[in-house]
Amino acid sequence: MHKKGFKVAFFSVFFTIITVLSGCEPLLVLDPKGPQAERQASDILMSIGLMAVIVIVVFSMLVFMLVKYRASKQRADYEPPHIEGNVWVEVVMVGIPVLIVAFLSYVSVQSNYIVEAKPKGYEDTKPLVVYASSSNWKWHFSYPEEGIETVNYLYIPTDRALEFRLYSHGPITSFWIPQLGGQKYAMADMVTTLHLAADVPGEFMGRNANFSGKGFAENTFNVTAMSQDDFDDWVKEVNETAKPITEEKFEELLVPGHLGQQTYTGTHLEFSPPPAGHNHNEEESSETTKTESHTDSQTKHESTSH
Amino acid sequence: MKIDNSLPLEYSTEENSLKILGFWIFLGAEIMLFATLFATYFTLENRTGSGPTGAEIFVITPVLLETFLLLTSSFTVGLGIHAMRIGKQKAMISFFSITLLLGLAFLGVEIFEFVTYVHEGAGIQTSAFTAALLTTLGTHGVHVTLGLFWGLFIILQVKKRGFTPQTTNKAFIFSLYWHFLDVVWIFIFSFIYLKGMM
Amino acid sequence: MDFFDRFAVPHPSIAIYASMAAIGLTIIAVIAGITYFKKWGYLWREWLTTVDHKRIGIMYLLSALLMLFRGGVDAIMMRAQLAVPENTLLDAQHYNEIFTTHGIVMILFMAMPFIMFFMNFVVPLQIGARDVAFPRLNALSFWLFFMGAMLFNISFVVGGSPDAGWTSYFPLAGNEFSTSVGTNYYMIAIQIAGIGTLMTGINFITTILKMRAPGMTLMKMPMFTWSALIANVIIVFAFPVLAVLLAMGTLDRQFGTNFFTMDNGGMDMLWANIFWVWGHPEVYILILPAFGIYSEVISTFARRNLYGYKSMVGSMAIISLLSFFVWAHHFFTMGQGALTNSIFSITTMAIAVPTGVKIFNWLLTLRKGKIVFTTPMLYSMLFIPLFTLGGVTGVMLAMSAADYQYHNTMFLVAHFHNVIIPGVVFAMLAGLHYYWPKMFGFLLNERLGKWTAWLLSIGFILSFMPMYISGLDGQARRMYTYSEAAGFSLMNMISFVGAAIMAIGFVLIVYNIYYSTRYESRDISNDPWDARTLEWATHTPVPEYNFAILPDVRTNEAYWDAKKNGHVLFKGEFKKIHMPNNSGIPFIMSCIFFVWGFSFIFSLWIPVIVTTLGIFGCMALRSFEQDHGRYISVKEIEETETNLRGA
Repeated sequence: MHKKGFKVAFFSVFFTIITVLSGCEPLLVLDPKGPQAERQASDILMSIGLMAVIVIVVFSMLVFMLVKYRASKQRADYEPPHIEGNVWVEVVMVGIPVLIVAFLSYVSVQSNYIVEAKPKGYEDTKPLVVYASSSNWKWHFSYPEEGIETVNYLYIPTDRALEFRLYSHGPITSFWIPQLGGQKYAMADMVTTLHLAADVPGEFMGRNANFSGKGFAENTFNVTAMSQDDFDDWVKEVNETAKPITEEKFEELLVPGHLGQQTYTGTHLEFSPPPAGHNHNEEESSETTKTESHTDSQTKHESTSH
Repeated sequence: MKIDNSLPLEYSTEENSLKILGFWIFLGAEIMLFATLFATYFTLENRTGSGPTGAEIFVITPVLLETFLLLTSSFTVGLGIHAMRIGKQKAMISFFSITLLLGLAFLGVEIFEFVTYVHEGAGIQTSAFTAALLTTLGTHGVHVTLGLFWGLFIILQVKKRGFTPQTTNKAFIFSLYWHFLDVVWIFIFSFIYLKGMM
Repeated sequence: MDFFDRFAVPHPSIAIYASMAAIGLTIIAVIAGITYFKKWGYLWREWLTTVDHKRIGIMYLLSALLMLFRGGVDAIMMRAQLAVPENTLLDAQHYNEIFTTHGIVMILFMAMPFIMFFMNFVVPLQIGARDVAFPRLNALSFWLFFMGAMLFNISFVVGGSPDAGWTSYFPLAGNEFSTSVGTNYYMIAIQIAGIGTLMTGINFITTILKMRAPGMTLMKMPMFTWSALIANVIIVFAFPVLAVLLAMGTLDRQFGTNFFTMDNGGMDMLWANIFWVWGHPEVYILILPAFGIYSEVISTFARRNLYGYKSMVGSMAIISLLSFFVWAHHFFTMGQGALTNSIFSITTMAIAVPTGVKIFNWLLTLRKGKIVFTTPMLYSMLFIPLFTLGGVTGVMLAMSAADYQYHNTMFLVAHFHNVIIPGVVFAMLAGLHYYWPKMFGFLLNERLGKWTAWLLSIGFILSFMPMYISGLDGQARRMYTYSEAAGFSLMNMISFVGAAIMAIGFVLIVYNIYYSTRYESRDISNDPWDARTLEWATHTPVPEYNFAILPDVRTNEAYWDAKKNGHVLFKGEFKKIHMPNNSGIPFIMSCIFFVWGFSFIFSLWIPVIVTTLGIFGCMALRSFEQDHGRYISVKEIEETETNLRGA
């Protein structure tokens, strides 16, 4: 889609307008740093362009009618005619919107499958699995393979697929890092999966986007993307310096309120497994979860199946 | 008030035909109400938490009895309306009374059923499944209960005032309501009990 | 003391104490005023017990304006809080309460009664009927709505407001996370008002299907009546869903069931799904009658028949059908997978097609017309471009992959205000100016009216366009504050200025009503706008029986047909007219409902049982009552008609 020259021109015009309006800093969503966010930004700009055409058509028609057919411009004895409607006009009126909607549907469906799959360009990388669970009003990030847990901050490697498994210890929340890609809900009785990737190192804003009560506004987290080597160093360092997370400690963390950034070794998944339901999987009854050892074996199984 | 004698008494005035149409629309709304309850039930059917499943608590005997009672009552209310159409007040009142007695019996069995469930540890608070089950059945049961009072009022009015455009209109609308509850029960029977026991 | 503690507001502030005082003083002043002017009898006879659709309509209008004030104050407070970063005007709890009540009040207690006002006042007149099918049920509908609205509003000063958002998603709205009675108010007050709305739906479908004037086939109905019919069909199918949902929410909160809880199998997603199965059709219940009003206004002031009548009706029917199959677009991000999202994305975009047809039909109605710029027309002409903006952003939101970025942001907030304000609110104001003379016998001041329309539009653009931008910049909705570093300050300040301008606009409306009541000419005809449909063919003020002789209709613009082609609408002689009697039962029953609701909210079971019996008592009373209505004699009709013609 980007190849067509006029569209690029169109985008850049809108991009400039929006940039100027927002005080010369690119808007987060339109300043993507990963393939998913890029796809979404390009969809957004494309639809803004297309919609602008419709808006211009409607505005011009309206102005034309209002200028031309004002009573003050008409003879005093002018009697407007009775016009029922015209089949051909109606065919055009329906046909053109149908074509536009069909085109947008096509793009939309395509994008749906793209954002729900491993990020483009990173299909052959082994994804980093991170369980991101929310509690009032914190985010807990568990790295099961690295054996690390952090609170309210997220370190991720660049140039590698990221697979976030989201769930909540309380109200429905929504995990959102605008510059890496759109959001997804974290809920109490189902694990949802969000596929992201970061192209470049940097610091990004992440937050809960879904209202979850009093502390919602401050329910944010920092995301730092770094090279795989730096990431490995960080993992090593944490494993050497941080204290292990215990069941008691975790219960303490769950108490509603705000916390700063914290780091632990081990993950809470070992003693407090995520809910059993998954995207599209049949709901298992909670009894089966209790009997099943819900740790590494299952996690590994899932990460290969996705 | 214009009375059109070519129509049955319950349709004979304009007001009456308005009421009958209005009631049909109300039944449309009732269909949505029960549809929502069914949708909820089907969603939560297998979410039994630590409580029992449907297969564990459903017993066929009381359910068959309830079905029999309600289906028969639907038949007798139909006979009642037939009696009304041919102008037999006594027969109509008898059929309506039988209908209400059958409805009362149905309600009795249903209450017995509920008590059993609670004894077996399937109270309304037990799990999402029991909440959806008892709410769906309960909503139907409340409808039957209201129907009993309504039917009783109509019998009293017919006794007092005879067949007038008003009383026959009410009786006819009541019969629509009662048939509707029967239809809902058939759905409950098939898709909650039979499906749950299988 | 423990007993009374529950009625205290859990998180009081000066604003709440001030409101308590204000509410108390207003009630005392109203009661004292009525007593002093000896108006209790008048109030009871002419208003509280009335079953006349016109008066019920006017009561809906008054309630809607009152609630517009309440919701508007909420809105201004929100914008003021966000105008600067890290503002401390409101704290998180108050902000949460305010955006929750703003949403509910504006949708359910402002826009809904406004729509009900139009349906009540206009539909029977437009179809040439003497009243609705079930006048007493209509009164009950109004009073239930009114009591529901009042019950909801006292939450502010008794027990605490709901604070889980107007969508009230569980588990946030469950007992664990919403401990005050606020969410109980939500469940019960909306339930009571919703029962009223459902009965209105049944009533108006019956009225429109059965009580049209002779000759008025379905395809000869005025467009507003069509829109009302379709909206009421949606009500009948959507509101039972809400009733069940609220009942389950109540059970979860007050009886410990596990529909939406986090354990024992409860499913939080179920609430969201059922809520939007009702919630999406609900917005079409609001917008379709608004479209109907625009159709009437545009064709009247373009001095032309509505272009594409059939496609207008067809597009509304398609919209109403589609409205039940798009609910999941409110949570594309719930993780239901690409396939489900794709389906809902396509159905949602499909709605753009019939909506576009309507826009183009209005534009083509202007073609070859003779456009007169009155206030209602000005609102309509501002509606077309502004609503188009809202419509196209709706299409953008429908692209589910992109919606992952719009969802829960100010972009979404901007979108739905962009359809609701120009779409619904402007229609309400256009209709208010348009029908005001029919109700009260004088026009609202045109100059002030046009000023208001421009102020509201400019204010609207300033308040909501910046939200599109701050949404794309990552500002989530429902945040009570943000840091300076976030970079939202400028956009939010512009929004606040816009909101202030809109507030001035609404104050001007009030001033206009006052000014026009005092100074506008009473010397207007029955048809001050040179309009086209039947409601303008009867006298102003409209007599109790609407039409002395039921009109004979040939076209979908019956009155225009009479004016231009000399068709005689009223043939024959006066005959005595059957009218329903007034009744106090709807009012009394609704008062009992109010007490029932209040006791239920606070789990006071003894009063609940007593009032439940009271409600059924009222129904039983109604069942045994014999009320055949009354007749207006030919002599009385002749007198009224002569008087009205003379005046």
